[in-house]
This record gives sequence, structure tokens and C-alpha cells, in this order.
Amino acid sequence: MTATLSTVDLALARRLVDLTVSVHAGEVTAICGPNGAGKSTLLSCLAGLVQPDTGVVAIGGRMMRQIPARERARSIGYLPQSPHVAWDMTVEVLVGLGRLPWGDTATADGRAAIDEAIGIMDLHDFRSRRVMGLSGGERARALMARVLATRPAWLLADEPLANLDLTHALTLMRRFRAQARLGRGVVLVLHDLATAMNFADRVLVMSGGRIVADGEPAHALDPAIIAKVWHCPARWLGEPGARALSLG
Amino acid sequence: MTHRRLVILLVAALALAVPLSLLAGRVWIDPLAPDTRNAAVILLQLRLPRAVLALVVGAALGMAGAAMQGYLRNPLADAGLFGVAPGAALGAVLSFWTGYAASLWLLPVFALLGAAGAMALLALIAGRDGGIALFTMAGLMISSLAGAITSLAISLSPTPFAMSEIVTWLMGSLADRSWREVEIAAPLSLAGMGILLLGGRGLDALALGDAAARSLGLEPRKLQAVMIAGIGLTVGASVAVAGVIGFVGLMVPHLVRPLTDRRPSMLLVPSALAGALLLLVADMGCRVLPLAGGELRLGIALSLLGAPFFLALLLRMRGGHM
Repeated sequence: MTATLSTVDLALARRLVDLTVSVHAGEVTAICGPNGAGKSTLLSCLAGLVQPDTGVVAIGGRMMRQIPARERARSIGYLPQSPHVAWDMTVEVLVGLGRLPWGDTATADGRAAIDEAIGIMDLHDFRSRRVMGLSGGERARALMARVLATRPAWLLADEPLANLDLTHALTLMRRFRAQARLGRGVVLVLHDLATAMNFADRVLVMSGGRIVADGEPAHALDPAIIAKVWHCPARWLGEPGARALSLG
Repeated sequence: MTHRRLVILLVAALALAVPLSLLAGRVWIDPLAPDTRNAAVILLQLRLPRAVLALVVGAALGMAGAAMQGYLRNPLADAGLFGVAPGAALGAVLSFWTGYAASLWLLPVFALLGAAGAMALLALIAGRDGGIALFTMAGLMISSLAGAITSLAISLSPTPFAMSEIVTWLMGSLADRSWREVEIAAPLSLAGMGILLLGGRGLDALALGDAAARSLGLEPRKLQAVMIAGIGLTVGASVAVAGVIGFVGLMVPHLVRPLTDRRPSMLLVPSALAGALLLLVADMGCRVLPLAGGELRLGIALSLLGAPFFLALLLRMRGGHM
């Protein structure tokens, strides 16, 4: 799959400065950077939720702003940072909201997509549980299943590990990788550099609205770059794929 | 309970309540011996239009409340927050004040103009970015403004008679309504409810928050336009023919929600049916209840029911049982 979700000359007032970036299907791309670096803004631009003041966001050669909202919603799944759900629905109904862009919750296709998403996130036992009664980790899984139920070509998630314990974080990252291997483009805002190092195919490091490093994790998260961007001396320990960051 | 079963249940309840409401009143009509004097006139010219009006107004207010709660993602929201009802009330009051109420067509027309004015103002203030917080604040301010001007109009009313007429009308009632009111309210309310149904999917998406909703294809400005038009027509038409009847839009979605799968779109039709049922039964109660000096005003009856309901709700929320 060669489709690229690319932002060209994406210069958003205040937050993003003369940014040109393209992300690719079949890869896990991690966006890292200190607070206020513009990570979430970039992700929102990629999701088509924010229009850059100048420049364009393009997906597969088409300008984002020319793509109808519903068509965009079918191809880009976006998981916001907030785990808030307004009404106390069951997990199954919540996951079914992912079919809204298709309007087919009641059809066989829609049911199959919902079942598939519930299966991927291992939520069979939670199907008829109510959202408000779930733990933070369970709710995060349900919300992720909601995104998967759309069967989007792109999975964009803003700090998806924020509310998860170690085990659930690990499981979720494995699932993101599996989705990328299936040909989906996965773009994640990640705070934990070790997670980015171990699970991403590519890392974008942002600082002050600019991309200051871009490439394979070992290259983009080089200790010298970490020291420059986070102002904090660091070195990597362990084997590739299971690295840990030692600070100070 | 499945959506279909809930709808069937409510329709069945209505099928029982409507005939009962036609028979009940100051003059009881015995269906087995319908030789009551003027039975046909009472049924066709008094009770039937009144029952139909209760159904129309109740359905409109019930659905408007459900849509409003879904839109604001708040179970305590009410269509009254929009400023549409106070706007319509203001229009109606101005019609009294200018003496136009004497011409029976002008009161509802003024009320609808008031509702339209409130809607236009709301769209003008909050319409640009489609944000919900600004929208709510604008609605509250329009409510306050309309309320203040209404009070001013009452205090300056030309004659004591006009004042009493205004105050009585503001209490909300279905007494002495005819087919004329049905002709005004039914098409507008049905159009408004049809528009609100179009917003169902958007309301479902909003359950996940603004950003997620937009990522699911929601266009906030379109939904806002749907809400303004839908609430404006339903609530405006209701106030135009029945005065201000509060609490229906707050209570009904609350009672119905636990019977649904909690998606706001699935709450719209059941809330309309339950609203119709509530208003029909409450209006019947008002007619039957013996009260010196006339009958209990429907608006007062519902406030007497609704305010304690609201307080109980707050107590439950405080206890974390929502």
C-alpha cells in the first residue's frame, strides 16, 4: 500500500512552523516532544480536524479540505486524549459508534466490523458491560475498539497509553503494530520515549512547533537529540526492541 | 429493552390513554350509553382537539428535551435553556400588550415571531464556530433578556385586564383550545421533529466529545443549524398554542433513557411518545381534579410535578447514582 497521508508546508499559526511531513501506511509513526511542542496540533491536522492557516494536508494525493467529512471519517480513525463518554452505554453500543460514518450498525457488514473490533481488543467478556463501570484500562480498550470498528485506513491516537498500566500499554502497542502490519497507517502521539523506541517504525521529534528529528527510532531518539530537546541527559540501555531510557 | 419494543409499548399506552382522555372531564361521557347531552359536540369540538393538541405539544417538548440533552451532553439540560421558549412567550405577551390578542390568529403568530427572533439571535451570536459552550451561554442570556422584557411588558401593561390575561396565559394551558390551534401547532411541530431526527447521528457522535465526533464526520455547524431550527419549531409552536409548559423536556428523556441503549438518537422518538403521553395524562388530570374557580393550569401542574422531580434527580446525582 503506497497511500500516504502527507502534510505539505503545514504552517499553522502559533503552534506549527513551516512543517513538511508525510507519514506512510504500513508503519507505526510516533510523534514525540516536550509539552507544547505541537504534537496534538499536528495530529489534529493529520486527522483533518484542524485546517492549517497556510499549507495543505493531503491524503493519497487529495487535499484534505476537499474530502467530504463523511468520506474522511471512513478512512481516518482518530482517538482523542480524553476518555470521556457522555452516556452510560454498553461497550457494544459504544464500539458501534465507530460505524457512524458508514451508517450501517444494523447491517451484517456493520455487525461484522463491530465484532471484529471487539475481538481485536479482547472485549468479548465486556460486550454488555456499561462504560461507566469499566476501569480506565478497560475503557481505553473499548474506545480503541470504537476506532477500529470504522475499519479506517489510518489510525491516529493522541497519547493512547495515558490511562493504561504496564500490561495494557504493552498489549495495546502490540495491537497497533499488528494493525500497521495489516497495511494501516498508525500515527501516535507518545510521551514515553522508550515505547516509541521499541514499537515505532519511525519517530518524529517535535520542539517549538518544528520537527527537529525524523527517522528510525534509534536515529531520531539519539541521546544527543534527547539532550537538546528535553534538556536532560539520557542514554539507552538494553537490546534493540527492549530498550530502556536511563536519565540523569 | 429494544428500541422497537419500547416504541410499541408507548404507542400501546397512548392507544389506551387517548380514548380515556376523551371520556374524562367535568362531564364524563359513558361510552356504553353515549346519550349525554351534547356528547358529540363535547367530543369533536372540545375534547378531541384538546387531546390532539396535548399529543402534539407533548411530543414536541419531549423530543426537543431529548435532543437538547444529547446536544449539550447533559441530562439536566432542557429546551428552555435555548431562549426559544422565553422568546416565544415574549412575542405572545407583546401581542396581548398591543391588544392584538383580540384577533386570535395574531397571538400564535407573535409567539412564533418571538421564537424565530430568539433563534436568529442565537444563530447570529453562536453560529460562527459551532461551539457548544458559547451556544449555551448565548441561550441563557437570550432567556434572561426575553424574560426581562416580558416582565417589563407586564409591568407596563395598559389595563389590569390585559395584565391578568398575560399572566394567566404565561402559566400554560390547553383549556379552551380548538382545531385552530391544532392547525397551527401540528405542521410546525412535525416539521421541527423531522428536523431533529436528522440530527440523531450527530448527537450519537457527540457522546464521545467534540474532537471524536468531528473525526466521525460530524459537521458542528450543520448540527447546530439542525438544533436551532428543530428546537425553534417544536418549542416555538408549543408556546404559541399552549403558553409556557416547563419540565416536560427535562423529565421525559430522563424517565425514558434507562429503557434505551443510551444513544441519544434512540431517545428521540420514545421521548416524543412519552412526552405526548405525559401531557395527555396531565391535562386529563387537570380537567378531572376538582378545584374551586376553574381547573388547574397545566403549566402549574407540571411545574408542581417537575420541580420535585428535578430536586430528587440532583439528590441522586449527589449520591453518585447517575
